[in-house]
Amino acid sequence: MDRIDSPSPEGDALTLPAPFLRWFAEKGWRPRAHQLELLSRAEAGESTLLIAPTGAGKTLAGFLPSLVDITRRGRIPPGAPFTGIHTLYISPLKALAVDIERNLMKPVGEMGLPVSIENRTGDTPQSKRQRQKLNPPDILLTTPEQLALLLANGEAERFFKNLHYVVLDELHSLVLSKRGHLLSLGLARLRRLAPRLQTTGLSATVADPMDLQRWLVAQSLARENHAGLITVSGGAKPEISILRTENQVPWAGHSARYAIPDVYAAIKKHRTTLLFVNTRSQAEMLFQELWTINDDNLPIALHHGSLDVAQRRRVEAAMAENRLRAVVATSTLDLGIDWGDVDLVVHVGAPKGASRLAQRIGRANHRMDEPSRAILVPANRFEVMECQAALDANYVGAQDTPSIGKGALDVLAQHILGMACAQPFDALELYEEVISAAPYAQLPWETFERAVDLVATGGYALRTYERYARIRKTQDGLWRVSNPMVAQQYRLNVGTIVESPMLNIRMVKRNQRGSLGRGGMSLGKVEESFLEMLSPGDTFLFSGKVLRFEGIRENECLVSQAFSFDPKVPSYAGGKFPLSTYLAAQVRKMLADPARRAGLPDQVRDWLALQGDVSMLPRDDELLIETFPRGSRHYMVIYAFEGRLAHQTLGMLLTRRLDRAGLKPLGFVATDYSLAVWALDDMGFAFRARAPSLGQLFDEDMLGDDLEAWLNESFLLKRTFRNCAVIAGLIEQRHPGKEKTGRQITVSADLIYDVLRAHEPDHILLEATRNDAATGLLDIGRLGSMLKRIKGHITHRRLDQISPLAIPVMLEIGRESVHGEAQDFLLTEAADDLINEAMGGHGTEG
Amino acid sequence: MTMHRLIYATSPAVNSSLHARTSINGVAAVCDPLGGLYLPESRALVVSDLHLEKGSAFARRGMMLPPYDTLATLRILEAVIARHDPATVISLGDNFHDRKGSAAMPDTFREMITAMACGREWIWINGNHDPDGAQGLPGASMDELRHAGLVFRHEPSRRDGIGEIAGHLHPSATVRRRERSVRRACFATDGKRLVMPAFGVTTGGLDLRHREMSGLFDRQQLVAHMLGRDRIYSVRFANLLG
Repeated sequence: MDRIDSPSPEGDALTLPAPFLRWFAEKGWRPRAHQLELLSRAEAGESTLLIAPTGAGKTLAGFLPSLVDITRRGRIPPGAPFTGIHTLYISPLKALAVDIERNLMKPVGEMGLPVSIENRTGDTPQSKRQRQKLNPPDILLTTPEQLALLLANGEAERFFKNLHYVVLDELHSLVLSKRGHLLSLGLARLRRLAPRLQTTGLSATVADPMDLQRWLVAQSLARENHAGLITVSGGAKPEISILRTENQVPWAGHSARYAIPDVYAAIKKHRTTLLFVNTRSQAEMLFQELWTINDDNLPIALHHGSLDVAQRRRVEAAMAENRLRAVVATSTLDLGIDWGDVDLVVHVGAPKGASRLAQRIGRANHRMDEPSRAILVPANRFEVMECQAALDANYVGAQDTPSIGKGALDVLAQHILGMACAQPFDALELYEEVISAAPYAQLPWETFERAVDLVATGGYALRTYERYARIRKTQDGLWRVSNPMVAQQYRLNVGTIVESPMLNIRMVKRNQRGSLGRGGMSLGKVEESFLEMLSPGDTFLFSGKVLRFEGIRENECLVSQAFSFDPKVPSYAGGKFPLSTYLAAQVRKMLADPARRAGLPDQVRDWLALQGDVSMLPRDDELLIETFPRGSRHYMVIYAFEGRLAHQTLGMLLTRRLDRAGLKPLGFVATDYSLAVWALDDMGFAFRARAPSLGQLFDEDMLGDDLEAWLNESFLLKRTFRNCAVIAGLIEQRHPGKEKTGRQITVSADLIYDVLRAHEPDHILLEATRNDAATGLLDIGRLGSMLKRIKGHITHRRLDQISPLAIPVMLEIGRESVHGEAQDFLLTEAADDLINEAMGGHGTEG
Repeated sequence: MTMHRLIYATSPAVNSSLHARTSINGVAAVCDPLGGLYLPESRALVVSDLHLEKGSAFARRGMMLPPYDTLATLRILEAVIARHDPATVISLGDNFHDRKGSAAMPDTFREMITAMACGREWIWINGNHDPDGAQGLPGASMDELRHAGLVFRHEPSRRDGIGEIAGHLHPSATVRRRERSVRRACFATDGKRLVMPAFGVTTGGLDLRHREMSGLFDRQQLVAHMLGRDRIYSVRFANLLG
C-alpha cells in the first residue's frame, strides 16, 4: 500500500499536458502526489481505488486520467464515425452528479480543454436523453439506475464500445445494499462491451479496502484479481466533544429534549451549524423545539427525505449561499456534497456507528488542513457511553463500515431481464459475465438457471405460465424477450429502491360551513401505515408544523393547521440504524473497565457505580442476565449489546423456548443495548433449578428449528418479501400506461407471500427473502455470533428488585409495536369493549 | 391472515370456531371466520369476490404471480361448505378475476367445483370483473337474486339497500389500541344490509372509513365482524381505532 501525504516533487508534474501545467501555475498550485500517482497508474492500464479524506482533491484526481487522455486525443471532428462515451462517472445521488458537473466544468473551462461533460439523471428531459444517445458527451455523469437503463438498450454496445474509464464516486456507499449489487452487474456488462475498460474508485476510509479493490475488477475462479490502492492519509483530526450539561440526562427515549437550550447556545456561537439526527421524527421534534426557544429568530431550517422536493431544494440553495444559521437534517445530507461554510456539526442521538459519525463530521469544513468541530448530544444514559465509544474510535481511526454482502437474487433477476431487453443472450455466457462481478463470484450455475426461470415464467414448480413467458429460449439457443411490452415494463420498474406506500400531505382550510376546502400547499409524503393509526382530529408533527389530521381524500392525506403544542410525533418505520458491532464491543469494554469510564459525566458514572453495588457490571466477554419480580410479573433482562434487530429476534426465539419450558412468557421489549422478557412464572427460580438452565436456553440450536418454526408464522418477513418481489419484477411498482406509485401496487404482496409459502416454500424469491432477513430485519448473523461468544460465559443475578442498568429498557415497555399472535389479543380486547358496552359497562375482566 | 385461513380451513379443529350471529332485516345469519355467511333458515351459504384465476390473469399481462391462488381459495370454500352443508351456495360476483378466467381455468379446479356443487343449488351472481357469467360450470348465472326475504347482488345499491347482501367493496376494518393497530377483512352490517368480505386469498381490503363506503350504512348501528384466526371479532364502528 502507498501512503501519500506530501505534495509531489516538481519533476513528476511534467508528465501533464501543457494546458494543465499552465492552469496549475496560474493558480499557484501544484498537482498533489496522489493525483499524479493515480494518473500514472491509469496510464499503465491499472484500475485503482483512491482512499482520501474530504478536501484532498479526490474528484480532480478521479477525472485527471480522463481529462488528460481526451485532451491528447482532441475534439472529435464533426462527421467522424460514432465514438461513444469516453468516461462514465457514477454517483449514489442525483444531486452529486449535478454538483460534480458544476465543479468539473470550472477547471475544464479555465484550461480550455476540448472535453464535453453532461449529466443524465431521472430529471434529465426526454429530448436531451435522446440527443445524448445520438451524440454522446465525452464524460457522462450518472446514477446506477440510469446505467442499468442505458445497458438494457439495444444501442448499448455501440454506445459503450469505446468506454475507457468508469469513475465511481463515494464507492464505500455505492457498493452497499442491492443498489451496489445491481451496479456490480452493470459493471460486468460494461467490461464485456468495452474491453479496454479501467475503473477508478473514490472512497472515504473503510474497514477493509480489499473488498472494494476486488469489487472494482473482474473476478475469476482461476486467480484473485483486485485493483491497486492509493491511500491519502492526513487531514486534521476533528475536535469532537460530548455535550456537557447541568441538566439530568434521561434514562430512556431518543428526544434529547433536555439538551435543547445548550444546543441553541452552541448554534448562536457558530456561523453555520449542521444538526444531524437518526430519524425523521427526531428531526421534526428537534426543529420544533429549537424554534420554541428561538428568541433571536435565527434562520434555522429543516431537511429530510420526506419533505417536498421543492422545499428541500430551497433549503439546499439557502445553505450553499450561507443564508442559514442551522439546518436540522437526517441522512439525506449524509454524502459528500459541499454545503457552504459549515463550522459546527451537532449530532443529536448516538451515531450508532463510528464510520457514520466520521462521515457526518467530515461535512463541517471541506478544507483538509483545518480541524472540524463537532458536538455529540446523547439522548439517554446508554447513549452517553455509546457517544464516548464513537469519540474514542474517531481518534483511533477505527472503522466499522458494513461489508458488501452476497449478491441478492432478486437483483440478479432484474438484471437478467434487462440484459434480455438489450439483446438476445446465451445463458452460459451471461452466467460467466455475472460471476465476474464480485458479489456474485460464488453464484452456482443452478441458482442462475432458477433466476432465469423466475424471469421467464415466475419460476414455479407448477408450470402453467409457459404460454405467458416474458423471455423465451428460441431455436438458436438464445433467450429473448417475448414482446415489446416486456421491455417497457422493465424500463418503468428498474432500480432497487422500493417505495414504501406513501401518501402526499396537503394543507387545507375549513370554510365557514366547516367543510374542507381544496387545493392547499403540498408538504411532502408520509407512510400510509402511519396514517392508518390516526383518527381525524389527531395532531402530528411534519415539515416543522403541528398538523391536524382531517382525513384521506383520493390519494392524499388532508391536514389543517393545528393550534396544539403537544403533537403526536410521527413514528416512521425504518430509518433506525442498529448499533454497530464495533461500537457495541466498545460499550461492553467500557462497562467492564473502570479506567475507560473515567471520561464519562458524573451522573452516568454514579449510575454505573450503583449498578456495581446492587448487581454487577459484566466483563466484556460475559453476558449478564438479571431476573427480578415487579408487580405481578417476573422479569429477565439480558444485556447483550447487539443492536435492536438482533435483540428482537432473540426475544421472539426466547419467548418460544420459555413457553415450551412452561414459564408463561407474556412479552418482551428490545433496545440497542438490552432485552427484557416478562413472564407469569419466576424465571430466576427456574434457572436456579436448571429447569431449564441458562446454557440450554441460550444454546445456538435456537437458530435451527425454533427459528424456522417462528419464521413460518411470522409477519415480519412480509415487508422483506414485498421488496424482493418488486425488485425481481414479480410485482410491478408501475405498469405501462398507468404510472402507479407504491401505494397502488396492484396486488397485495402480503397475500401473495402467504399463498406462495403455503404452496411452494422453496421458491427462489422466498429464498431471497430469507437471505435478506438474515442480514437485515432479523440480523440473524449477528445473533449467531453472539450466541457463540457467550457460550459458557453467562452470569445470572437473581435480584429482589429492578437494577439501575435495567431501568432504560423497562421504560421502553409499552412503546413497542405488536407482532403475530399479539394481534389477535388486541382484537379480543376490542371485541370485549363491545361486550362491556352490551353489559352496560359492567363487563367482567378476563 | 390468509395464511391462517389456509391452515385453519384444513385443520381438524375447524368445528370449534366462534361464529358471530347477526340478522339482516330480520333474517338470521351467521358470520363464519372463514369468510362465508350462512343463513340457517334457508340453508344458504353466501360467499363473495372469490377472484378465481387472479394469478393467471396477471400472468397474461406479464406479472407472474403464483399460480396457486385458485386452489387455495377453493380449499377454503370446500371447508366452509363442509361445515354448513348448505342447500344453496350463492357466490356474489367477481367469482373470476376477469372475463377470460372461467373459460381458462384448468380442469382440476373445474372438477373441484363440480364436486362441491353436487346435491346443491349453486348461484353465480355476475360481478364487474366477470359480467358474462361462469362458463362450463354447474349452477345458474344471474345479475341479481331475490331469495328468502333478501336480495343478493354484487355491487351494493345506493338507492335500495334494505335487506341486501352484497360484495364488491372488500370491506376491512382497523382496530387500534394503545398505539397499535390491526387490520382485518370484515363483514359490515348495520342490521339492515350487509357487505361481505372478499373470499379470494389474494384479494385485498378497503377500509370501512373509505369514502366509497360512506352513505351505505347507519354508522350508529354499524358493526364490523372481523375475521380473526379462528373466530369472529365483532367491533362497533365507533370503537374501531379506539
